[in-house]
Amino acid sequence: MTAPQVEIQLIAAIVAAACALPGAFLVLRRMTLISDAISHAMLLGIVVGFFLTQDLNSPLLILGATLTGLLTALLVELLHRTGLVREDAAIGLVFPALFSIGVILISRYAGSVHLDTDVVLLGELAFAPFDRVVIAGWNIGPKGLYAGGVILLINAALITLFYKELKLATFDPGLAAALGFSPVAIHYGLMGITSLTAVGAFDSVGAILTVALFIAPAAAAYLLTDDLARMLFLSVGLGVAAALSGYWLAYLLDASIAGSMATMAGVIFGLAWCFAPERGLVAAARRRVRQRWEFAQRMLAIHLLHHERQPGGEPELQMEHLWQELRWDRKFATRVVSLAEGRGLVTQQNGRLELTDRGRLLAQESLLA
Amino acid sequence: MALPDLALDYTLRTVALGAMLLGLSSGVVGTYAVLRRESLLGDAISHAALPGIALAFLLTRSKESALLLAGAVAAGWFGALLVSAITRTTRVKLDSALGLILSVFFGFGLVLLTFIQKQPDASQAGLDRFLFGQAASLLRRDVQVMAIGTLAVLLAVLLLWKEFKLLVFDPDFARVLGLRVRLLEVILISMIVLAIVVGLQTVGVVLMSAMVVAPAAAARQWTDRLSLMVLLSALFGVMAGMSGAVLSSLTPRLPTGPTIVLVVSGLVLISLLLAPNRGLVWNWARSRARRGQVRAEGMLRQLAALAEHHGSLEHGHPSAVLRASGWSPEQVEHVLHDLESTGYVRQVGADRWAITAAGMARVRTAAEANKAGDVSAYLTGSGGEVTGEGQP
Repeated sequence: MTAPQVEIQLIAAIVAAACALPGAFLVLRRMTLISDAISHAMLLGIVVGFFLTQDLNSPLLILGATLTGLLTALLVELLHRTGLVREDAAIGLVFPALFSIGVILISRYAGSVHLDTDVVLLGELAFAPFDRVVIAGWNIGPKGLYAGGVILLINAALITLFYKELKLATFDPGLAAALGFSPVAIHYGLMGITSLTAVGAFDSVGAILTVALFIAPAAAAYLLTDDLARMLFLSVGLGVAAALSGYWLAYLLDASIAGSMATMAGVIFGLAWCFAPERGLVAAARRRVRQRWEFAQRMLAIHLLHHERQPGGEPELQMEHLWQELRWDRKFATRVVSLAEGRGLVTQQNGRLELTDRGRLLAQESLLA
Repeated sequence: MALPDLALDYTLRTVALGAMLLGLSSGVVGTYAVLRRESLLGDAISHAALPGIALAFLLTRSKESALLLAGAVAAGWFGALLVSAITRTTRVKLDSALGLILSVFFGFGLVLLTFIQKQPDASQAGLDRFLFGQAASLLRRDVQVMAIGTLAVLLAVLLLWKEFKLLVFDPDFARVLGLRVRLLEVILISMIVLAIVVGLQTVGVVLMSAMVVAPAAAARQWTDRLSLMVLLSALFGVMAGMSGAVLSSLTPRLPTGPTIVLVVSGLVLISLLLAPNRGLVWNWARSRARRGQVRAEGMLRQLAALAEHHGSLEHGHPSAVLRASGWSPEQVEHVLHDLESTGYVRQVGADRWAITAAGMARVRTAAEANKAGDVSAYLTGSGGEVTGEGQP
């Protein structure tokens, strides 16, 4: 690997980690679509900031763009509060309008200067290593690395500091409010972090794809654990994995790095969806199959218990009888009996079934339950 | 270019027609999406369409718009299907599922687009126009494809009018009646996909969702009837689509999608402010009028009490005395002048105010209505009791 390659991967990983932290809370608090709106609307802030400062890395621009993000959240809420439109429609009305103004400004006035729609929207990580920080003649690394690092640190610090408050406000907003944690402050605090992260991420991954890095790793982690702290670490880990694998996918296809990162984030979510140990599709399917056999064995035990002391119940205890009485086909019945035998629930002699003590206990338990 | 020329210009006619179709189909479908609180499903579907377009191009190497749009339909459909599968089989909520699908599909679309750009044989596939739309690139064939899509949407709405109405307002009742709700939902989603795909070339994947939400949200402000809302929404969509597309093809470096979205956002803003009954301006005027009435009633009662205290209608009172808690001197003056013009109050000297006989009669009837349990009189009367605290 060449030095720029290492640097690109480092930047990608740091940006992904920075996005994953607030992302976990966005997913849990059902606010992901506001983050989508923020990262779209951010474009307007960046464009206006760029016209004013002529420098994509100016702190003023970052501040302006972050404020635009907050403004978006505020506008959505104001619109929703009028009672004239619902929240989903409010989101769908606000961000396209702000985003459109941004795009029009870019294409009308920024044609000659260095700011083009694609860069802001789609990002270009491949150029990140060329933009260096030079202090007193010393070249100390790419700017993107420092920008991403600072934002990652801010996010990690704020979340550690307010972990308890965020946790409570996320899982029991009522109690949190009663204890005096202002829901409004927490809401807008989170929106602020989200905006700041989106601003920091836009020039490496672009405004739209930050959404993928906010949501996909966190949603995947949400399927893997029930513990908030673990979910945060997992989100970061999965985000970094998406960033690194995305880089190599882009390298292989010679395609957009940001797009590949989003794609891999989606693939990782897909894997979690299918193979999560408890909540995955495969686990659920296996659980259903297991339950089916378990249920059949209980049925068998109950059937035998019912007939074992009954006068004239003898024919009911025959293997042959099962497919008439319980409407099982021959193969299924044989399999259930052999499973039950294996567990020591029944014994079989010349096609006659008899419950063991354990089987009797299971049947009685099942009837009581 | 003079206006008569505009009507004859071939490109412009094509553009305008395409934009009208776009507004028509998304306006109609948007009504249902907005009422069903599925406004943002359109966002996910339109972003999801991007990889479909790119894949269709990669597989067929053709720029034929019918083919590309077929790819968009397939991918949009698949995206919508995944959203519903995710929300049904996991605990991930709808918002996350929508955000996930839209960003991941869009990302994948970008991968494919950049991949295509670097292919030697396909120097410029011109797929970029699907990002923000390019009305000027519309051909007559494209418009024909769009017309077929729009027609399908309109036909479905007409044929399933009652069913969709039930689905929107009372899905449980629809189920009880034996309608196949699941099937209807699938048809509705297919209509959203179609409407979005119709507009993709003009508005682009990023902003197409606004065309589903905005005309319907604007139309909702003007009426409570579904039929009227559908018509109005279609009208707003057509207006926005046409004016936006024409503006952008007449102006250099004015991307179509954002222009159309700004026009439609303007329509929404106007509707939110001015629509009768629901509009913010009307609301504000109404509550202002009500506040004024409450103040006037309170003032009248205060003057009546003073007149009874003094046993005469001739005794005037300075406005400073009449100032109830929380009222500014200007408000008191304003209320007094209002009452004077209706004849309930008269001025008996410089800054001296007294109630007239008509005013006393008005207070008495109000008090009687109050005793008789007239709710509206009682409600306005309650405001007066608060102001009564300011009496000397």
